[in-house]
Amino acid sequence: MRHGKYPLILTFLVPPLLLYLVFVVSPYLQAFQISTTDWLGYSAEADPVGLANFETLLHDGRVWNALKNNALLLAVVPVLTIGLGLFFATMLNMGGRKGRAGVTGVRGTAVYRMVYFFPQVLSVVIIALLWKEVYHPNSGLLNGTLRAVGLPAPTWLGDPRTAFWCVLAVMVWANVGFYVVLFGTAMSAIPRDIYEAVLLDGASRWTTLRRVTIPLLWDTVQVAWIYLAIAALDGFILIQQMTNGGPNFSSDVIGLRMYETAFGSESKFGYASAIGVVLFFLTLSVAVLALRTARRDRIEYS
Amino acid sequence: MTILDRPASEGAAADDRRVPRDRGLRRETGAANVFSHGFLLLWGLLTVLPLLWMFVSSFKSDGEILSDPWGLPGSLRFDNWARAWTEAHIGRYFLNSAIVVAGSLTLTMLMGAAAAYVFARYEFRGRQVAYYLFVGGMMFPVFLALVPLFFVVRNAGLFGTWTGLVLVYAAYSLPFTVFFLTAFFRTLPTAVAEAALIDGCGHFRLFFRVMLPMARPGMISIAIFNFLSQWNQFILPQVLMQGDDSKWVLAQGLTALAVSQGYQGDYSGLFAGLTIATVPVLVVYVLFQRQVQSGLTAGQLK
Repeated sequence: MRHGKYPLILTFLVPPLLLYLVFVVSPYLQAFQISTTDWLGYSAEADPVGLANFETLLHDGRVWNALKNNALLLAVVPVLTIGLGLFFATMLNMGGRKGRAGVTGVRGTAVYRMVYFFPQVLSVVIIALLWKEVYHPNSGLLNGTLRAVGLPAPTWLGDPRTAFWCVLAVMVWANVGFYVVLFGTAMSAIPRDIYEAVLLDGASRWTTLRRVTIPLLWDTVQVAWIYLAIAALDGFILIQQMTNGGPNFSSDVIGLRMYETAFGSESKFGYASAIGVVLFFLTLSVAVLALRTARRDRIEYS
Repeated sequence: MTILDRPASEGAAADDRRVPRDRGLRRETGAANVFSHGFLLLWGLLTVLPLLWMFVSSFKSDGEILSDPWGLPGSLRFDNWARAWTEAHIGRYFLNSAIVVAGSLTLTMLMGAAAAYVFARYEFRGRQVAYYLFVGGMMFPVFLALVPLFFVVRNAGLFGTWTGLVLVYAAYSLPFTVFFLTAFFRTLPTAVAEAALIDGCGHFRLFFRVMLPMARPGMISIAIFNFLSQWNQFILPQVLMQGDDSKWVLAQGLTALAVSQGYQGDYSGLFAGLTIATVPVLVVYVLFQRQVQSGLTAGQLK
């Protein structure tokens, strides 16, 4: 059995490993090193400055402003998305108990699932550009609707008070469908007899959801939480394309801050890498935190 | 546990045949059904309306778009589409994206399957280390690597080339692909492989003739996942494919179209461009929705 396995191992493992080391591992390692220099990009000079970049960062109002927005995304987007996702998935999978023993979905479940998933297959760039037009103060779909029913028409993305929330809404819009399908798939793996038993005991819809479905889905919800938290720390494409962080930095996020610092007018590569390092540790701690706080006993049904 | 694409209705269909026994619940759930259906419909509308509006607007004239967002086009102006296709070069960018993704997807699948197979099926020194090195890449935000990656690609002489994009896309898709496929290869029965080896089948032949065909369902899922994420990639080309706009990918072309629309007020051209970029993806999705949905969600249900 052992004979001749090493040629295969080498030919199968070395090319991917090389590609991965060159384009993924080495940039990540370099990023940490660059973050401790004052490198201004295209010049050859990069003097080590220790942790000076991180010190500047601590006093950088723009960075804090961007972080505040990411914190808001982190607090709102996962809760809203998971809440709506669970709600719709429950409706689709077990909304229609009418006159039937057991638990079934409402009519048209397949169509709803298909439609809800639409945003997931579209590029975020398309979503951003489309919604930018939807929010357009004059010709947008939203204000067209508001005017038609005689309501005032705000400027949405042009107003520092609303711009950020408009983008946040799009983020939720774009993600809910995916989690409806994800939770729906997990729900359909729950044995039906559990629900039949609960039904016979006379449990209400809400109790069933809270006491039976969610505990059984906990693993999936936890995964959803991590993914959404990571997405909330990003948000770069939507923000860049819809508001470019404006008006007046009101919708800035950390990813955009980093991108602008590196590839904007200044090309402060050292400082940008320091922001990247901070972003990395934030992502890591959010993921670890989500894993730890959400840990419960895994329920297995055979 | 691999891909949970068992349709939700399967269990439900079996239940339909039983005698109704929960008549007491009828009234309560009847009212709740109307209520829940309302919400389902509302979200469905929220998802479809912007897309439908985009589609309809792509046939309108700029005047019609500005004066009445809800109005229907006076005639089907396909010249908007023609203008977006030729003048905004959406056609060319579409082709560029197709070329890049064809290359990167092939490379990702080849390398990912090869590495995953070795990790799943062979014992050798350093296996654990190499595996965690690969899979660890999932934890890092791409932003952190952006600055050094720019220079790695430039120093390799691959800046602004499709080859560069192909290699980088593949490299960044590897962690998840390897993670997913390793788990998949582990679920395959070992008996077949042992029998083949005893019958004198070589290790390479075993992989291509036996193991790879057996891994088809997993390969399809991860291929769909990678296709969508590579097709919709935006940050990497924006950093690595600056300058020469004849080589841009679709996402870049669309943002450029949005910028020039801002100057020229060519709303209909923008809508036409967005529609051209959206329709093929949606059509493919609708045709293969079960595979797409399970492909995108399977990875999260591990």
